[in-house]
Amino acid sequence: MFKYYGKYVPYLFLLPAGLVLLIFFFIPFFQTVYLSFFDYSSSIYNPAVVGFANYIKLFHSSLFYKVLWNTFLYLFVAVPVLAIFPLFVAILINQKIRGVTLYKILIYLPVIVSIVVAAIAFKWLYADQGILNYIVTLCGMKPIGWLTDPDWALYSVIIVTIWKGIGYYMIIYLAALMSVPKELYEACDIDGANFFTKHLTVTIPHIMPTIALVTTISAISAMKVFAEIYVMTKGGPLNSSKTIVYYIYERAFENLDLGYASAMSVVLLIIVMAFSLINIFCFERNKYQL
Amino acid sequence: MKRIFEKFSIHLILLSVSILSIFPFIWLISTSLKGNSENIFAYPPTIIPQNFTWANYVGVWHKVDFIGYFINSMIVAGGTVLLNLILSSMAGYPLARMEFKGKKFAFFSILSTIMIPFQVIMLPVYLVTLKLHLVDSVSNTAGFIGLIMPFAVSAFGIFLMRQAFLGIPKEMEEAAIIDGCSVWQLFWKVLIPMVKPSLAVLAIFTFIGSWGEFLWPSIVLTKESMYTLPVGVNNLQGMFSSNWRFIAAGSILSTIPILIFFLAMQRYFISGENEGAVKG
Repeated sequence: MFKYYGKYVPYLFLLPAGLVLLIFFFIPFFQTVYLSFFDYSSSIYNPAVVGFANYIKLFHSSLFYKVLWNTFLYLFVAVPVLAIFPLFVAILINQKIRGVTLYKILIYLPVIVSIVVAAIAFKWLYADQGILNYIVTLCGMKPIGWLTDPDWALYSVIIVTIWKGIGYYMIIYLAALMSVPKELYEACDIDGANFFTKHLTVTIPHIMPTIALVTTISAISAMKVFAEIYVMTKGGPLNSSKTIVYYIYERAFENLDLGYASAMSVVLLIIVMAFSLINIFCFERNKYQL
Repeated sequence: MKRIFEKFSIHLILLSVSILSIFPFIWLISTSLKGNSENIFAYPPTIIPQNFTWANYVGVWHKVDFIGYFINSMIVAGGTVLLNLILSSMAGYPLARMEFKGKKFAFFSILSTIMIPFQVIMLPVYLVTLKLHLVDSVSNTAGFIGLIMPFAVSAFGIFLMRQAFLGIPKEMEEAAIIDGCSVWQLFWKVLIPMVKPSLAVLAIFTFIGSWGEFLWPSIVLTKESMYTLPVGVNNLQGMFSSNWRFIAAGSILSTIPILIFFLAMQRYFISGENEGAVKG
């Protein structure tokens, strides 16, 4: 094809997006790393260069380990549920039945609604004398301090994240299920295989890449939870529901400890980047045409 | 017989999942419609209000500037969508169609932004925004620009548009150039109309993302008059500390616009064609 554009045209087209990414992405990115070598805790105006001191402090802080542990706990609970349960729902929806669209709309609804409203709705369900504790007492147990008991708070928040994610991953799975050849199911029916063997032997092996994709996406978004915690528990009680993004927010914007918060951001970055690299290079190659 | 039993169980399970999905809202709606004489902590709980009233909605409407929050959210989401459409298609076009030095570099720089979540860089983004005076303490306009700019373009959008341009036959461009179009005219008058479906997808998903954004506005906003809906709704908790009737009514009110939007656009969300377009 003949070249119909001038030498600088491609750059002019890229310029606006490039400028925005430079100012609001790349500069802040390098600044995160840069700031992590400064100590702001004594004075916000006269930070001192401290080298790796923030990182050393970080890895000697029991609170940081607690926060990291909470974050991984979040991952270990939320990710398997979000990888498996939506698949189960998607398989059911994919059967030839009536009312599929209505089911899809209802199950997708939590994805659309603001996380703040979702968190408030759950806070109300979790109230000390709320409806969930009514069910708990009906079952003959003592009321649970869903958001006030350090043993429960983190799990109560995780439930909100799971609840809000089911519809989202269900749709991803539904798209993948369309690609499973129908002949395979017919063969199963002839063999007289039941529902579970049918899907264990045909569906699951066929959509393994999608399961892996959902695993990494849900892991990345579990690492980033913030609003649920901010609205429901503020990380409490006794830091029991504090995860890393919330702790960064608290350190940076409430304690103005910019260096320490930045060092934590770098740690978060390394973890998320590991997940993302797996994601992009293993499962989303097509999307970016690598 | 076996088939009927199977269908029945499938419906039963899907119905249970659907109810679990909407129950938190049902309970919130129920609470918001209960009058002061009804104990909202009653055991056993009542889903149907015994003392039905709209008073909580009227009360919260008069105390909270929902119209203001709604307008702020519209400005921010509208601005974000518009900029994303323009910047993403402009950047996607040369990546799809032109050869130039540094193309690989541009491509991988954009790709790299996917790997780094906003949460990692939010603190310096805030410092940059402060430096540029794009905060609401300077002026409302500056505040809006500050809310929009960090999300004005995304790698997702650029790659989506690049894909769209890749799908256009090259003969289109050749014909337009031979007819005397400049590159600029070719882009806006010939190519952009051809990628409308992708633009629609990008617009809808950017809108949803921006509408629900909570972290960034809660970092930068200082004035209540600038609150977007999510920030305003969160603020209800502080305003009405334990008045759950009002908090519930306010939360439901704030959800109505996005609910209408979702129902109108539902095929984009649940058809599965645009899987994974919303950020998880």
